[in-house]
Amino acid sequence: MSRFAMVIDTHRCVGCQDCVVACKTENNVPEGYTRDWIAEEVHGEFPTLHLELRSERCNHCSNPPCVACCPTGASHVHPLGGVVLVSHDLCIGCKACLAACPYDARFIHPDGYADKCTFCIHRVERGLDPACVSVCPAHCMHFGDLDDPRSEVSRLLASRNHHALLPEAGTNPNIFYLT
Amino acid sequence: MRTDSGNPVSRRSFLKISAATIAAGAAAGSALHAVYETPREKGIRRVPTYCDLCFWKCGAIATVRDGRLWKIEGNPLDPLSRGRLCPRGTGGVGAHFDPDRLRTPLLRASERGREVWRPVSWEEALDFLASKMRAIQTNYGPESMAAFVHGIGGTFLKHTLKAYGAVNIAAPSFAQCRGPRDTAFRLTFGDDVGSPERTDIENAQCLVLIGSHLGENMHNTQVQEFANAVGRGASIIVADPRFSVAASKAKFYLPVKPGTDLALLLAWMNVIVSEKLYDKEYVGKYGFGFEQFAASVVPYTPEWAYPETGIEPETIRATAREMARYRPATLVHPGRHSNWYGDDTQRERAIALLNALLGSWGRKGGFYIPSSMDVPGYPYPAVPKPSRPALRAMSNKFPFANEDISTSVREATITGQPYPIKGWMVYATNLINSLPNQDETIRAIRQLDLLVVVDVIPSEIAGWADVVLPESVYLERHDEMNPELFKQPFIALRQPVVPAPDNQKPNWWIARRLAEKLGLGAYYPWKTIDEYLEHRLTAGGYSYEQLKKQGIIRGKQPPIYFDDGAPAQFDTPSKKIEFYSTQLAQAGFDPVPKYTRPDPGPPGYYRLLFGRAPVHSFSRTQTNPLLSDVMSENSLWLNAREAQKLDLKSGDYVRLRNQDGKLSNPIKLKATERIRPDCVFMVHGFGHTSKALRSAYGKGASDAGLITRYKNDPLMGGTGMNVNFVTIEKGA
Repeated sequence: MSRFAMVIDTHRCVGCQDCVVACKTENNVPEGYTRDWIAEEVHGEFPTLHLELRSERCNHCSNPPCVACCPTGASHVHPLGGVVLVSHDLCIGCKACLAACPYDARFIHPDGYADKCTFCIHRVERGLDPACVSVCPAHCMHFGDLDDPRSEVSRLLASRNHHALLPEAGTNPNIFYLT
Repeated sequence: MRTDSGNPVSRRSFLKISAATIAAGAAAGSALHAVYETPREKGIRRVPTYCDLCFWKCGAIATVRDGRLWKIEGNPLDPLSRGRLCPRGTGGVGAHFDPDRLRTPLLRASERGREVWRPVSWEEALDFLASKMRAIQTNYGPESMAAFVHGIGGTFLKHTLKAYGAVNIAAPSFAQCRGPRDTAFRLTFGDDVGSPERTDIENAQCLVLIGSHLGENMHNTQVQEFANAVGRGASIIVADPRFSVAASKAKFYLPVKPGTDLALLLAWMNVIVSEKLYDKEYVGKYGFGFEQFAASVVPYTPEWAYPETGIEPETIRATAREMARYRPATLVHPGRHSNWYGDDTQRERAIALLNALLGSWGRKGGFYIPSSMDVPGYPYPAVPKPSRPALRAMSNKFPFANEDISTSVREATITGQPYPIKGWMVYATNLINSLPNQDETIRAIRQLDLLVVVDVIPSEIAGWADVVLPESVYLERHDEMNPELFKQPFIALRQPVVPAPDNQKPNWWIARRLAEKLGLGAYYPWKTIDEYLEHRLTAGGYSYEQLKKQGIIRGKQPPIYFDDGAPAQFDTPSKKIEFYSTQLAQAGFDPVPKYTRPDPGPPGYYRLLFGRAPVHSFSRTQTNPLLSDVMSENSLWLNAREAQKLDLKSGDYVRLRNQDGKLSNPIKLKATERIRPDCVFMVHGFGHTSKALRSAYGKGASDAGLITRYKNDPLMGGTGMNVNFVTIEKGA
């Protein structure tokens, strides 16, 4: 078995959005849409501030509400790494998954189906990193298998403080942010 | 080992070391494997080239799928990108697909500034241009034809202009951007910081950024090295009125009052000198005039600096000691865009001197000594000797300028003195937005007999042109090769990936054909760009075939630090690092920087500051569909409590009115804790007024439109632009 995850180092991230642009070209994401984005979180009062920049996307949850709610089975979990995908030909564009996703990670593609991050499974199958990971000039993104304790992502999570988004939603997200 | 090739293109700096080539495959075997040996896919073609989204010139590999441009990635062989482009480079595909790009030559069909055009053939456009240039030559002399260029793409046009007899060829990147820095470092160390900057961020243990917002300012190699520095826990000190991304990574954030950086620098030096924390051996060995310098910084105590800068004395002391603790691996970054307040060369000289105290020039973790590969220049016939010198040589106004000053060319165009300027060729720089005070630029344009713009998009300056020549974008053309002066010497090639979609032409073709039309064909002994590139490479002992295949040929890296044998030479009058500058003293300037308090601006106004975003370059990329999708407009950063006072919230649209009554486009407010209450900030390049830039027209506000005032740097003619103040008006 394998469980793919992304570990993103918020110390290194400069929020440049290269991950967003690379995803758009790699996956031909249509104009007006993006599958990933940068979140800016500021705490404190000037000049004593803390800023966290996060590259966000579908969390490829281990307990994905978007799959549970899909009436046609278009939203599904791929056997490789537990990646959450959408079969375009089965999707009827009903938006149930858009409503179910607590991360607002999905949108309706102009061609009528629900679309989102695929962890670039077409690249991963060929032994490459997802486009966002491989482009990052800050080298802040890591991709790998959490079921392999020797993988880089496993080692980073074992050795560094980290958090995931909305753990209270019970989705078991697979994107982790090093802090 | 050093040979002088007479290469007209590469910067031949005093300390340049020549480098021999090595087999690239050996140095980067695994990286090569990843890119070139991936399983062959049907319909996929990969072409190496180098990027043109900014001046950094990263090596890239473009992928074409089924005949259509798909994506661009970094070339792992390239020492600049190291296989990873920045967001603009990644979005370079959008330059090819830009719906608003220029498609065919245009001749103006109405008065200047009213974008009414007649599409014409290249022959008609160039015949018209050549006839106008000949008229200027006859009526005023060829020196009256000036040019403004940005980037390596201007190489061949400059060659044609020089053959014609032009002598005033200015790069706004000097007097509007990096000039003060380069002048200051030359006065101090006898050499430029260069581009790419010779900053060894990779090995710095302490990095000091003054206003420089790396990470938002996306100079690829520097940002990669900055992230590495953050990752390994380097001590970072940031002084900036805005809590930049870089500030968020800093151990010390100093929210300095705008315009007082020089006071902070002088106080730092005061601490380092008075506490004897400087590198005594280095200063003793390489320094000139240290005693006079040391005496000069005595008054600038941290207590003196506190009311000026707003930074507490203990913080100034702590950060000065922090810098000294890590020296010589402490890098006080000189920044790049340094035309801020009009005393910029002196501020940059203080940065240079602080580095000199820390012993970081020529040292690991400071400033390395770069080298480039020797590629001989093309053996062109000698260009004619000008009968009148360049404007710069006829005036003592800015004695330390070593490049043409764009704003002086503009001034001469308005006044006709010391001789008339009647023609402008503008290549790849949007003068309306790059020069301060748009009214002056327009007044100058009205004096011209000819304005020709060569560009890829219908920028604001193109709107004023008589002739617009559409250049193919970098993915569709060959260009001058780039034998870069860098830590790791290399040669990079730009070559076409896909054909130009319409009637666009590469700059080399335009320059060569224009020369023929002007009867200057003899200055182009080569027929095709391949012939030119191959000739130069062969003369240097390099293989064009190898370069075409790999995009990059790397050379052997000579020692880059003094401690490893790099030559410690300083091309200053004393042949030493000039703590005290006799050159400046003789010319009547402060030989050691002195502080003058900046104009605080009218009461109730905010100082207007501008900077960069990682996804856009200047005002050149706002119609790129990929990049505008990520950032389609700029926003106005205003301190959250100030916003509250004005009853404004994030997302509201406001207009800015400057001290001269100039009103901006509506701009979206960003009420944030991340900026001081006495200034506002916006990203440069938005608020386009050219209707032909359909997808960017009117989106966001233009800082350039509000920069009606500027303050000339008396040393080199730079235009300090952070001297404008605004009030905020509600509503769109």
